[in-house]
Amino acid sequence: MSLRTPLGRVLGLGAAKEGVHHWWVQRLTSVALVPLSIWFVVSLLALPSLDHATVSAWLRQSWSALLLILLVLTASWHSQLGVRVVVEDYVHDAGLRTVILALLTFAHTLLAAAAVLAVLRVALGGLS
Amino acid sequence: MSRYTLATSILNRLTGVALSAGLLLLVYWLMALAAGADSYARARTLLSGGLAKLVYAGLIVCFCYHLAAGIRHLVWDTGRGLERAQARRSAWLVAVASVLMMLAIGYFAWRAGARTS
Repeated sequence: MSLRTPLGRVLGLGAAKEGVHHWWVQRLTSVALVPLSIWFVVSLLALPSLDHATVSAWLRQSWSALLLILLVLTASWHSQLGVRVVVEDYVHDAGLRTVILALLTFAHTLLAAAAVLAVLRVALGGLS
Repeated sequence: MSRYTLATSILNRLTGVALSAGLLLLVYWLMALAAGADSYARARTLLSGGLAKLVYAGLIVCFCYHLAAGIRHLVWDTGRGLERAQARRSAWLVAVASVLMMLAIGYFAWRAGARTS
């Protein structure tokens, strides 16, 4: 017999009160990253050159800017969730683990914001 | 857990962490691009050295493996392919698929490098 209330079971929440959220978001970002990362690699390889003018012109096409923003956001999120699990598994000291997890979250947020800002600056132009 | 599944699971983590570091490189490249032609040119000398090329080769290996292994995990999540024999077979499939991807990306990257320089 389970001691969990029917409501608790329906909501899917365990003691951590977030249920399968981490697992689910990790899967969602995985699925999104399959086409996004393949698009990015193929696009880079297809560029005639990697000089400033060529890459900027590529990013000024709205599709490239949009997909690249989606890529860096999804990749940062996926990375944050993945690295978090690794830290949770291998760093056994609770205090140190909390500090590392906090720093990693800040770092990923900073990374994602910086990348979006950079893409927008190139895509919209004239903001520098 | 068999030897294969254990090794592939650890490899998936290792390549994932390496790709997180690669994300830093991507963002640095984008920031240099946004900062203008001069800073981009400076970043490019840093990003096109011999050591950098070694890093890209490593990142390509990690990307291909992590992509193939990640798709394997997504299939597992649907409840399929979890039998030991199936898992062993898919471990080989992941290895073959990622090597093929590495060769394809490596070939096109080499061709692009030869074209521009």
